[in-house]
Amino acid sequence: MPDDVILDIQDLNVWYGGIHAVKGINILIKRGEIVTLIGANGAGKSSTIRSIAGLIRGYKGYIGYRNRAGEMLRLNNRQPENMVKMGIALSPEGRRILPHLTVEENLFLGAYTRTDTVEIDNDIDYVYELFPRLKERRLQKGGTLSGGEQQMLAVGRALMSRPDLLMLDEPSLGLAPMLVAEVFGIIREINRQGKTILLVEQNAFAALSIADKAYVLEVGTITIEGAGAELLQDPRVKEAYLGG
Amino acid sequence: MKIRNSILTFLAVAALGYFLWWASLNLDRYMLRIINLIAINAILGLSLNLIYGMAGMFSLGHAGFMAVGAYVSALLIITSDQKVKMWILEPIAPWLMNLHTSFVVSLILAGLAAAFVGWLISLPVLRLGGDYLGIATLGFSEIIRILIVNLTPITNGSLGLKGIPAHTDLWMSYGCLLVALFFMIRLMKSNFGNVLRAVRDDEIAARTMGIDTFRVRVLAFTLGCFGGGVGGALMGNLITTIDPKMFMITQTYSLLMIVVVGGLGSITGSILGSVLVTTMLEWLRFVENPINFGSIQIPGIPGMRMVIFSVLLIAIIIFRREGIMGTREFSWNWFFRKGGVGR
Repeated sequence: MPDDVILDIQDLNVWYGGIHAVKGINILIKRGEIVTLIGANGAGKSSTIRSIAGLIRGYKGYIGYRNRAGEMLRLNNRQPENMVKMGIALSPEGRRILPHLTVEENLFLGAYTRTDTVEIDNDIDYVYELFPRLKERRLQKGGTLSGGEQQMLAVGRALMSRPDLLMLDEPSLGLAPMLVAEVFGIIREINRQGKTILLVEQNAFAALSIADKAYVLEVGTITIEGAGAELLQDPRVKEAYLGG
Repeated sequence: MKIRNSILTFLAVAALGYFLWWASLNLDRYMLRIINLIAINAILGLSLNLIYGMAGMFSLGHAGFMAVGAYVSALLIITSDQKVKMWILEPIAPWLMNLHTSFVVSLILAGLAAAFVGWLISLPVLRLGGDYLGIATLGFSEIIRILIVNLTPITNGSLGLKGIPAHTDLWMSYGCLLVALFFMIRLMKSNFGNVLRAVRDDEIAARTMGIDTFRVRVLAFTLGCFGGGVGGALMGNLITTIDPKMFMITQTYSLLMIVVVGGLGSITGSILGSVLVTTMLEWLRFVENPINFGSIQIPGIPGMRMVIFSVLLIAIIIFRREGIMGTREFSWNWFFRKGGVGR
């Protein structure tokens, strides 16, 4: 396996009760890339990302992750809290920010696995630089934020663990098109600063526009894969996901 | 602002101290008992609130942990002479005979013992959630009680323990309450407080942030049991006699009442709940005596106060579902905002 591969998924199979949600998919992510999984509802995108994060266990197949020391580790059946320590952060679907805590407390919790107090403060400032609106609302309760701001908070919170691999589950969900553009612009900015990003999206156009590499999932199998720009032009993708 | 608040807190503690000093000189034993009970129930309420309100674990086992604390403390401070006289069913276990510590040490050991038992129980039980957790903890609480009934050489069985030195006075109970309050306020203001809220409000979010939710739950449960043990020990030393019947499910329910009436997740709420529930339970006793309404005489019915109390509770549940405080807390800033002065 080449050194620049950060995540290597081989023959991943996930079941929900009797339903075979993911049917033997292979995904390869290189360090510094934005990789996106697109597809309709129930295609298995979230199942894949949740398996990587350890929220789903008991799947079959191989998930390998190269840690900071450069070793390739098998992730299967590790607890989610270990993933965060190893440098994999997930911003879960539906944002799941904590409504009763302030913006700053939410961010601070994102750094739960870290002990370097000074650096944590620096990273909070870094998140405020990325999302100036969060700074304006830093002492506001998370529940009082708008949908877009909550999404920014969810992304910011995931960044607080200083991940090498940042996984975003449907960051465009429920956002106005203007906000989608803003959030995706920032995702690209985060990527430019050196973070590898795995993006799960239904909004195929937005995702493909910023992705280096893309996989199209249909009922549990990968049907198309290629560079993001390439897929934007692919007639099959245009037909099914970009409205012809 | 910070200095003002510190001064006010200091003054409030001083005022409480003055009141306790006045009360200990001027009030009769019955009133003193109630004032003591308020503090003890507040400690117990706080500890249950930590488990149920702050960490969201529905536990019905608090009476069991109180029992552990009460027995450990009592066994450590009763003298050897008393022990010989008291164990009439079966002789006392020899190693227990000469075990003796000071009251404060026995309180700490009572808390530790209850925490240890709570920790042991939490390992299997906290894999459950919601109502199932409630049922399982209720079961374990009964197991503890039945063990106490049957371990006669250690606990004197169903006869219980009598003549426990009455070490719990106002200073002791309110001292413990202040320590508990200080600890809880610091805990909930720290990052660990936010971690607890995260685990309570959204387990998946907590796990994606790298929080080991099971460990956090176990820790909160164990800490809550520590409080339960200390509260039970204080209670035993106030009443001076304990027996297994004291620690039945009704004891847990009255604590639950305190927590729910005050507001789940509110420290202030637990204190207010304790004041309200403890005083009401005593004050309502008059309805159990015959009452004259002019020419009509209502005969006293034993248990009537519980009926009235239940009605009050139902009223609270209907009209103020989140309890008196909800999840809010008292703070001096809030006080001045409401009062419209200062700033």
